[in-house]
Amino acid sequence: MDEKFAAIGEAMPRLLDGLVVTIELTIFGAIAAFILAVILGLAAASPAKGFRIPARVVIEFFRGTSLVVQVFWLFFVLPLLGIDLHPMLVGVMALGLNYGAYSAEVVRGSIQAVPTGQWEATTALSLGPIQRMRRIIFPQAWALMIPSLSSLLVHLMKGTAIVGFITLADLTYQLEQVKRTAGTLFTYGVVGILSYFVFALVLMYFMNALEHQAKHKLGQGKSLWRILSPAPPASTPAGGAS
Amino acid sequence: MIDFRDVEKAFGDNVVLHDLNFSVQKGDRVTLIGPSGSGKTTILRLVMTLEELTGGYIFVGGEPLTHEERGGKRVPVSKRNQKRIRQRIGMVFQQFNLFPNMTVVENIIEAPVHVLGQSKREATLKAKELLERVGLSDKAGAHPTSLSGGQQQRVAIARALAMDPEILLLDEVTSALDPEIVGDVLGILRNIAETTDITMLIVTHEMQFARDVSNRVLMFDGGKIVEEASPSVMFSDPKHQRTKDFLHAVLGDGEDTIGTR
Amino acid sequence: MIGISAAFEWHWSAAAEVLPTLLTQFVKVTLLVTVLGTVIASILGLVIAMAIRVLPRPLSEAVKWIANVIRMTPIIIQLLFASYAFLSLDLITIGVIVYGIHYATYMSEVYRAGIDSVPKGQWEATTALSMSTLRTWTAIIIPQALRATIPALGNYAISMFKDTPYLLVIGVVDMVNAARIYGGDTYRYTEAFTLVGIIFLLASYPTSLLIGRLEKRLAYKT
Repeated sequence: MDEKFAAIGEAMPRLLDGLVVTIELTIFGAIAAFILAVILGLAAASPAKGFRIPARVVIEFFRGTSLVVQVFWLFFVLPLLGIDLHPMLVGVMALGLNYGAYSAEVVRGSIQAVPTGQWEATTALSLGPIQRMRRIIFPQAWALMIPSLSSLLVHLMKGTAIVGFITLADLTYQLEQVKRTAGTLFTYGVVGILSYFVFALVLMYFMNALEHQAKHKLGQGKSLWRILSPAPPASTPAGGAS
Repeated sequence: MIDFRDVEKAFGDNVVLHDLNFSVQKGDRVTLIGPSGSGKTTILRLVMTLEELTGGYIFVGGEPLTHEERGGKRVPVSKRNQKRIRQRIGMVFQQFNLFPNMTVVENIIEAPVHVLGQSKREATLKAKELLERVGLSDKAGAHPTSLSGGQQQRVAIARALAMDPEILLLDEVTSALDPEIVGDVLGILRNIAETTDITMLIVTHEMQFARDVSNRVLMFDGGKIVEEASPSVMFSDPKHQRTKDFLHAVLGDGEDTIGTR
Repeated sequence: MIGISAAFEWHWSAAAEVLPTLLTQFVKVTLLVTVLGTVIASILGLVIAMAIRVLPRPLSEAVKWIANVIRMTPIIIQLLFASYAFLSLDLITIGVIVYGIHYATYMSEVYRAGIDSVPKGQWEATTALSMSTLRTWTAIIIPQALRATIPALGNYAISMFKDTPYLLVIGVVDMVNAARIYGGDTYRYTEAFTLVGIIFLLASYPTSLLIGRLEKRLAYKT
C-alpha cells in the first residue's frame, strides 16, 4: 500500500495539473451553458413563435445528439471547414451547448412555474417586459431552478472526463499516466473516484449556498451570511427593525 | 374487550394523552367527543397500532396489544402476537384510504385472501354481499377514483367488515364528505350497529349519530376524560362545564340539546 | 481560411459506405447496452430505494453514500475501473453492468420519490387490514409508486442511451467509436459524425416525445 501512496505522491504535480484542467472545463463550460440556457430558456418561454420555435429546435438538437458526438464533431469536422479551435475551447463549447440545451429546459420550466398572479400583478403595475422579467419573474424562477441546475452541473463535471480524446490532459488523462506505477484499481477506484466525488461535493455545496441565498431574497430561510457564520448572532428581539 | 391502563402518548415533548384509564365491554358502542386536539383520534390510532404507545398498556380481549408487564418491567410484545390480535380489529378512516390501483372488489377481498387465507371465490362472494349491504352492488368492478366520496367511504366500510372484525374503529368517517351524503353513510353504520354485535369505538362530530348508535359517550379534553355518561344524559344534562361549552359550540346557540329536536 | 477544405464537402459515397457499419454497431452495442443496462438499472434502482427505506440506520446511510459516490463520479472512471477489476469479463458485459449500476443510483432517487409520494393513509390502511410487509410492498406501494415513476425512468433510459459513447474509453466499438475509426482511416469525419448525430437525434427525440405524452396521460388519471 505504501508504494502506491508513494507513487501517487510522486505523481501529485501532474495529477494537480489534470485537476486544474478538469476544474477549468467545468467552470467555463458551466458559464457558457448558463448564458446559453438563459437566452434559449427565455426564448422558449416566450409567447412569440418567432422566438419560441427556433429556440425549441436548438434545444432539441443539442439535447438529442450526444455530448460525445458534439465534442468529436467540433474537434474533427470544424478543422476541415478551416476553423481550428483550441481543444480547450472545443471542450467548453461542447459542454456549453449540450448542457446549455438541458438547462434551457429548466429555465423555461421555472419561468413558467412562477404563479400566474405574479404575471398579472406586473401587468396591473404596467411593468415593461424587460423590467417584469428582470425584477419580478426571473428572481422567483431562479430560486426554483437551482436544484435542477445543480444536478446538471454535476453531470457536466462528469462529462468533462471525455476530453482526453481531444488531446486535453485532464484528471482522467493524468490518472491513466499514473496507473502503471500506482496500480490501476487503486488509481481509478480510490484516487480517481475520490477526487471527482470531492469536487462534486464542492459544486453541490456551492449550489446549495446559492439556493439559500436566492430563497432568502424571496423572504424564505436564512441569509447566506447567517448560514456560513460559525456562531449565528442572537436573534433580534421581536419588533426590532428587520 | 378493550382495556386502557395508564395509557400515555407523547409526540416528542407534546403529551397528548396522559394517565388514561377506561374499558370498553364486548358489544359496547363508545363515542369519543371533544374539541379537536383533545386526543380522541390518537386513541383509535393507538388501538390500530398506527401510533406507538409511549406509556401504559392496552389490552384487547385480555391480551396485551403492544406492551406487557413482565418482572415489573414494561416490555414490548412479540410482533407476531401483535399481528394476531390486530386481525380482530378493523378501521374506517376519515380519508377512506382505498387502494387506487385495485378495483372495488379487489380492495375488499385483498385482506381476506392474503391475510386470512380465504379462497378468492369465497372472499368474492362475501364481498358481493357486503357491497349489496352498502348499496353498491353495481360498482364491484369500478376503480375507487371513479367513485364519489360517499361511495368510497361505503366501500371502505365494506372492506373493514370483510375481515369480520370483533372491534370496529370509526375515525371521523363523515368529516371528508359533502353534507348531503353524510346521512347515507351514517345510515349504513346505524344498520350495522343494529344487526351485529361488533364492538365499536367512534370518533365523530355528528352528535345525532353518536346519540343513536352509542351506549356510552366519553368527553375528552386536553388528553383526559372529563366526563362519561350515557348519550341521553350526556346530551341533555352534561355535568362538566367543559362538556357544556363544547356541546354548546358544536350544537349551536339554540337552548335545546339534540335530544329534543 | 482560404476556401473550405475538400474533406468538408459532403460525399454521398462516403456516407453510404459508413452507414451500414454505424447501424450495425448501433444495434450490436449502443442499443444492446442501453436495453440491458435499463433492465438492470430499473430493478437494482428499486432494490436500492427499498434498502434505504427498510434497512436499519447505519446500513441505510452506507447504501445512500455509496449510491451518492457512484452517481456523482464520471461513468468513464467507473468503466476504466471495472475493465481492470473484471479482466475475465468481455467489454460489453462490463459496459452493461457499469451502466446498469450507474443509472440504478439515479433511478433509486426516482423510486424513492415515488415511494414517498404514496400517501401515508395507504400505509395505514395496510396496517388496519393486517397485511404482511411483503404484500404491502408488492400489492400496494410498488404499483402506486411505479405509476408516478415510469416517465422519469424512461427519461433516464434516454440519458443512458446518449451516454453509451463513453464506452470507447474501454475500447468498445460503439457507433461513435466506429465513426471515429472510419474518420481516422479515410479522413471523412464529416459524413461519419453527422450521420451519428442524426441517428442519435432520430432515436431519442421521438422517444422523449412519447414519454412526454405518457407522462401527461398518467398524470390526468390520478
